[in-house]
Formats: sequence, structure tokens, C-alpha cells
Amino acid sequence: MTLTPAELTSAVSGGIGTSPQRPDGNLKVRGEFAYASDLWHEDMIWGSTLRSPHPYARITSIDLTEALQVPGVYAVLTHEDVPGRNLYGLEHKDQPVLAVDVVRYQGEPIALVGADHPETALRAMKKIVVTYDVLEPVVDMETAADDTPLHPGGNLVRHVPIRRGSQDVTAEVVVTGRYEVGMQDQAFLGPESGLAVPATDGSVDLYIATQWLHVDRDQIAAALGLPQEQVRLTLSGVGGAFGGREDLSMQVHACLLALHTGKPVKMVYNREESFYGHVHRHPAVLYYEHGADHTGKLVYVRTRMYLDGGAYASSTPAVVANAATLGVGPYEVDNVTVDAYGVYTNNPPCGAMRGFGAVQAGFAYESQMDKLAEALGMSPVDVRVRNAMTEGSVMPTGQVVDSAAPVAQLLKLVQDKPLPAGTSTDIRELPGGVSNTTHGEGVVRGVGYAVGIKNICFSEGYDDYSTARVRVSMVNGELAAAVHTAACEVGQGLVTIMQQIVRTELGIERVTVLPMDTTIGNGGSTSASRQTYVTGGAVKAACALVKDRLAGRTDIGDEVIDEVTEWRHRATEPIDPETGQGNAHVQYGFAAHRAVVDVDVDLGLVRVVSLDCAQDVGRALNPQAVVGQIQGGSAQGLGLAVMEEIQTSGGKVRNPSFTDYLIPTVLDMPPMSIDVLELADPHAPYGIRGVGEPPTISSTPAIVAAIRAATGLALTRVPVRPEHLTGT
Amino acid sequence: MDFLRPETLAEALELKAQRPDAVPIAGGTDVMVEMNYDHRRPSALLDLTRIAELQQWTEGLRVGAGVPYVRIIDELGAQLPGLAMASRTVGSPQIRNRGTVGGNLGAASPAGDTHPVLLASGAVIEVASVRGTRMIPATEFYLGVKRNALEADELITAVHLTPAAGPQQFSKVGTRNAMVIAVCSFAISLFPAENRVGAAVGSAAPTPRRAPEAEAFLAAELDFANPKPLLDSVKREFGELVSRAASPIDDVRGSAEYRKHALAVMARRTLGWAWQELLDGDKACA
Repeated sequence: MTLTPAELTSAVSGGIGTSPQRPDGNLKVRGEFAYASDLWHEDMIWGSTLRSPHPYARITSIDLTEALQVPGVYAVLTHEDVPGRNLYGLEHKDQPVLAVDVVRYQGEPIALVGADHPETALRAMKKIVVTYDVLEPVVDMETAADDTPLHPGGNLVRHVPIRRGSQDVTAEVVVTGRYEVGMQDQAFLGPESGLAVPATDGSVDLYIATQWLHVDRDQIAAALGLPQEQVRLTLSGVGGAFGGREDLSMQVHACLLALHTGKPVKMVYNREESFYGHVHRHPAVLYYEHGADHTGKLVYVRTRMYLDGGAYASSTPAVVANAATLGVGPYEVDNVTVDAYGVYTNNPPCGAMRGFGAVQAGFAYESQMDKLAEALGMSPVDVRVRNAMTEGSVMPTGQVVDSAAPVAQLLKLVQDKPLPAGTSTDIRELPGGVSNTTHGEGVVRGVGYAVGIKNICFSEGYDDYSTARVRVSMVNGELAAAVHTAACEVGQGLVTIMQQIVRTELGIERVTVLPMDTTIGNGGSTSASRQTYVTGGAVKAACALVKDRLAGRTDIGDEVIDEVTEWRHRATEPIDPETGQGNAHVQYGFAAHRAVVDVDVDLGLVRVVSLDCAQDVGRALNPQAVVGQIQGGSAQGLGLAVMEEIQTSGGKVRNPSFTDYLIPTVLDMPPMSIDVLELADPHAPYGIRGVGEPPTISSTPAIVAAIRAATGLALTRVPVRPEHLTGT
Repeated sequence: MDFLRPETLAEALELKAQRPDAVPIAGGTDVMVEMNYDHRRPSALLDLTRIAELQQWTEGLRVGAGVPYVRIIDELGAQLPGLAMASRTVGSPQIRNRGTVGGNLGAASPAGDTHPVLLASGAVIEVASVRGTRMIPATEFYLGVKRNALEADELITAVHLTPAAGPQQFSKVGTRNAMVIAVCSFAISLFPAENRVGAAVGSAAPTPRRAPEAEAFLAAELDFANPKPLLDSVKREFGELVSRAASPIDDVRGSAEYRKHALAVMARRTLGWAWQELLDGDKACA
């Protein structure tokens, strides 16, 4: 970690470059933090959601009679009660608030019940009689585009082609592969929840756990048929997000019930419902061909990839663009052919999740790099370094990478770390852990490497900005600041970052973060690793305005200095629809991992022994939070490598529970050695580079590479299951 | 829903006789999950946590149905090593603080962690009602998926086990290194003085079950009086016979083929460990 430059140090403690205590830290550790599921209001009633049991069916009738007769029921609503537009979506408005005459995925909301008790709501819900004409679901992403059209425009949501250099060049060494990525879930621990409070003037307040207040508001207002100012959102306690709260879940539903009944309405999904209530990571099938010369230099990469968007578009178009534009990885390749397809099926809807398209491509291209290394007789690190992009490299889109891209350095950093000691004799450190499956029998060690690339901030010409307000006044004889944005704190630590920026910029130690809500302008989404960059940039800009007015004073008497400003990062461009060329992205982030695994080759069980990482973050505004992001992202990548998958069959989810959807525990995730590089990006505030997503991309392929090294198996699908390792 | 809170076993049995629909609850680690997910809505819950005698174990051994896993691990590890090993694999520390063997038996899930140990070590389940007490061998207790031999008015009161007369092992496969439900599991108990072996599989058939052919084969092969290092061929054949005793299904947790394969591996490994313990013990005595 480099030292804080002298010009940015200030007299106050807790500025940027330090790791001050989070304002919400103690509360969360003690279990006292109020999450959205803890919301309460006098006289509130409870909402519940009737969902489709079928992945694809025509609704032939809905009978509410009996449900309405249950004592304690205030309302039972269907699509007929949606006063505004009964369609929403982040990119395409294709998803009904409540199903009309067809359901396209298992779990699709059909009707709502508001009742005086959650149990009453549940009982009434079971008395709603829906009849269906069950249809054959479309479930195969590779053939979906030619299958029964599920939406008026057919099943192809987006095709992103990239054509760069020669399209028919040949190479001395060619490796091909087909790879599959299973459907990962964000598995946030705080289920979807919120409280809608109707006002007497027909407007509504929603207290909600979300990632983007303003886009929620716009979609809710459209569905309710209300002007945007009549829908006010306040962020509630968010128990994790990882992309899964970008789409609406119960937002409109709770508001509908509240406005219909005139009562505050609380909705909380339970764990099972949560699995149906949010989008997941797109499962993918990816075909790759890499051609290289005998020195290992890549000559071309060709890929065709399919991403299963499920029943509704959500953010599929942007996910497909990411998979395509980042599809060759952090390597220099002159000749590139990419065809990435995002499709509709009757599988669960998929959208944003940490890594956002780059994860799926990353598993495939890194598997290919290992295959290439093997074909060439090179080491996995050497073949990567041979092709590593640097500052000035050209992306397959033609975009020049115009800030640090220390890909080779990151790989060498993880390669040079000491290797862990030999296989342990403590069963807790062996594959199977406390389940006592081996005392060392069958255990083989393997080492694997991977590096990844992720775009930071929104892309393809999107007008991405954030709004910040900083207010300074005297409190108890000293200057105090308050910072207000609509940018969502979802656990990542933005609250602390904003305090740190204000302290550093204004030299004011006492900084209060006001509740995040829609009374201020758009803060943009807490996604794409962008909040420190964009909202951080907005807070910094607002501080500059305040600083001008302060003019060096430390006593401003009764004056209140209050500045609001919008801040934008530099603009991006759409990509050409036929060649994929264009300066699509704001910034690129890179991380590399070295994984060491012990595999019980007889039982097919894996223990990740070490998972060391090197990542360039431009500038670590909060070093502890940076390391936390790298640990968390790596753990999520570990989950995808060896256990996390929503399994579907005929469009139905087979494991909607934490009993059968497994996420890593402390006995699965090893302690990490992490190198944080701070190679400032001159285009970004403080030189920062988005942190949250890159480690999720390289973690998975590094672990799978290590398992391959241990077993000699090809392993073309994640998560790797014991069946894959034992041939059963 | 009524919440019945008896203070004594007699009172509990009276209540159960009057309300055979009442679902007994001890740690609640299973029942509460089912209720939260609306998989089960009993008309009454019968809280057993106030009944002191269910929370005790006595030498012999009689382990009260309400003794939580954490106490089996801490207090009975030396006498019941197999049961302690299985208990260590149950859930998280919080779950082990609450969950009980009685609850495992009451749920009778084929994936319950303690069942293979109870079968392999010849446990007897004590059940009671106002009509009296019955002793049901573990081998007769599991009747089907989540079905056991209890009558509607009966409660599980204790598990009777003899302190380990020889090495015991338990092994369980899950796709996570802790807090995982069994894909399949296996328990072995050696009874050197009786020239006998107990072996049982979990999560690999509609009920937990013993592997009698494997037990008989091993009893014939093992020379308990004069233990020598085991031939690989013996371990392998034992593994195959254990595997053959199972009739697993393909499900979301694993394939039937994998389960059969994993059982064979676990059987030969645990046999190796148990037999080594016997050899080491012999050496220690010599």
C-alpha cells in the first residue's frame, strides 16, 4: 500500500487513505442494525404474493371470491388493479407488475393479498383459484432464439457481434473448447423487503432495500400512474445486494396495496420466495477458439456465447455487451470474432450480478489460456504474461486502454507469493472438513492462475452521473458537515467513503451522512463498481463548491453553506451494432488470483487451501474496505467454482433454499494474502479504480485451473461437482 | 395453534395422549423451519424443553432425547465416539447447541446425521406413552422417508447405547466443508469381543439402513483376536458390499451413481481408520 500523498493529508483524522470505523459497523456486528425486514408502522398490514407454479402457462381464469372472504383481508389485487403501465424493466419494459394472461417463469407474480397478519395473507392467498393451460417451456439457451417466441419480438434479446482485424487468419497452435457456467445467485442474506406508506393526497412513501432509488421510483410511478414526485423512496437497511436488487421485486406491489387500502403495507419475502423474487446470474454456454503462434502470442480469438436471460430482459442487453467486449480477457489480440447472444427462455429471469457478463466470459477465456499453455508446453503464467495487455493496448472494440493495466505485474505478484505448507493433517483443513471423509487419502494438490478484466461504471453512452449535496454549519462552536445523496449503501461502505472525502476536502472531522432518498437528485446505481467513483466524485465536487464559499473560515457564525451538484465521469460511446467497435467503457479494472487446492480425487471433494490475489485499485480510499471487497468478491468466485448453482429442471428451480443452494463458509474460504496496487487513473477522482467486481472474475477460473492441475481432468463446467471429479 | 408446555414427562404423555396431533418440539431446528416455510401447520406444538429428565444422560448409557449435540460432543465423546463424530457434522455451532438426537429420530429424515451411527452401534430407542414404555431397536425404527415406528400418542424419551466396545467411525459427504446436509453418509462400529461389525448408510435409501452383507463379510474376514494389517482387497470388497446395500436416487444433492461410489470410498477408508485404531491399541497394550 502506498502512502497518502502529502497534499491530500489533512489535520482531521478519518480522511481518505485511512480506514475509519464504519458508522453502521457496531450495530451490524451486534445484530442491532435495522434492515428493511425490521420496518414497522402503526396500523400496518402485510402483503403477500401469489406466484405461478408453472414456468410457462396461459392463465385461463382467476377467481378471488374465496380469498376476499377471509376475515382480516383488506385487498386482493390482480393486473386489473394496476392503474398505470403494467410493464417494467431496466432496459426493456417487458415484465408485467402482475401477470395478465400468461406466465413465463415459475414464481411470476399473479396476485397480491393485503391482510392484517402475514399468516392471514398467506391463507387468503391459498384461496385464490387460478386455472392454467400449461405450455411446453423453452429452456435451452442455444436453441431458444428459434423456439416458440415468448415475447412479441422473438426470443433474441440482443446479439452483440465484434469484428476486429482479420476474420479468417490461421495460427500454428489452435485450441477450442465449450464451457458452461451454471446459474449463480447473489444469495444476499437480507431478503426483499419494504414498507409502503400511503399519504392522504394519493402519493406514497416507500422505505426499501434497493440498489438504485431513482430508477425504482421511475418504474413504480409509471406502474402506479402517478407523477414521479408523488412517489418518494427512502433507503432502508440493505442486507447485501450484489446486483440482485437492481430489478424491482415487491416495490410496486407494496405501493399498490398501500394506495388501494389506505394502509401502510409491509412486504418481506422469506428465503424460498427470495429465490423466485430476484434475478440471478446468467447461466452461459460459451464456445471458444484460440489461435497462437509457437511463442504463445495470440493470433486470434473467436467465440460464440449464449447467455440465458430467462423470462424477462432485465439487464440482459448490457450483460451480453460486457461478455462480448471483455470476451477475450485482459490480453492483446489483433484478430477477434465475437458473437454473444442473450436470449429469452422460461428459466428464471437473470440480470445483474457482481461481474456482470465478465464472469461467464472469464471462466471460458481463462480455461482456454490454460489449454493453450498446455498445448504450447508453456506455464500458465508465461502464456498469460506473453499476451498481457498494458496501458495503451487496444481492446477488441478498438478502445485504447488509457490508464494502468498492470496485468503481467499482477500475475507475477501472485506467482511470487510463498506457497502454503503441504497438505494438513487437521481434518478441518482437508477436503470434506469436519465431515471426516479423508485423513489424507486420495488428496492431491494443484495450483492454478487466472486474471480478469472488468469495465467500471456504466457503458455504451449511458449518461451516468451522481448528485451530491454537502451542507456546512457550526455545531457546538466547530464546523460540521452533512452529506446527502441518493446513492445506496448496500453494505459496501459508501457511507464511510463519503465521510472520508468530506473530511479530506473540507478539513471537517464531524461529517453526518443523511438518509439516502429521492428528495435529492439521482445518485445512480450501486453497481458496476461505480459508487466510490461517481458518487465519490460528486461529493468531492460538492465539497469544492463549499470550500470556495468557506474561503478558509473556521467560524461561519449562523451561515449555512449548502451546495448541490451533479458529477459525470467522461462520456462513453455506443458500440457499432455490426462490428462492435467503439469506446464503450469508462475504465477497466484488473485482478489476478493464484489458487491452491487440495482435491480428494476419490470422493471429488475440494478444499481451497489458498486464494491469493493482486489487484490494482488506482487509489485505496479506504484500505480496509478495499481488502474486504477483494475477500468478498473472491469468496463469491469460490462459490461459483465449487458449489453455488441454482439448479433448474424444465424451467423449475430445484433448490430454492440455503439447505441446497450452498454458499462458502469460513471452512471453505481460506485466509487470503492480498496485494493492492495503487496505480492512479488520471481520469478518475483521486485516481481510484472500481474495486468490487474484478476479484469475482479471476477467482473462479483460478480455482478450477488448480483443480485441473490436481486431477488432470478437463472440467469445462462450473460449479465443479463431485460427479465431475469422479466420473459419476 | 396451541403451544403446550408440560413440566414433567408424565404431563407430556398425558397431553400427547389427548392431542396426538401435537407435534413435539425440542431444539426446533427442524420443526421451526418447516413451519416458517409453511410446509407444516400443526394444530399444536408440544414443547419438551422443560422436562428435565429428557435433558439428562446416565451411565450405561441412556441418553435423554433432549440432550443437544453439543453435549454429546463435549460429554460423551469418549464413550460414544461415533455419535460424537456424527454430531460434529450437524449444522453450525448454533444448531448443535439446540438440535437433539431425539429430534433427529423424530424427523426420521433419511439424511439425518446420527442415524447411521445409531444403526451401526446397535442403539435402542426408548419411546413412551401413557400406555407404557417401548424399547425399539434402531433397525426397526425407520419405516420410510420421514416415517418412524412411533405411535401417535408416543414420545421419544431416550436412546440406549452401550459405551463403545471398539473403534467407531463416521463419515459424511457434502459439497461444502461444514454446515452441509449429507449427500450420503456411513458409520462403522467394531465389536472386537463379539467378533462383530456394525455398518450402516445414510441418505442413500428411503431410510437409513444397515449393510448386513458387508457386516457379515467383514466379521468373517477380520481376526479380532490377532489383528493384522488389512488387505486392500478386504477393504475394497467391504466397500463394494456397503455400496450394494444402498438404493439411492438422483436428486439435487447428488447422483445415485456418485452416492454408491462415495459410500464404497467412505466404507473402505473408515474401516481402515477403525482397524488402525485397533492395531494401535494392541500395540499400546503390548
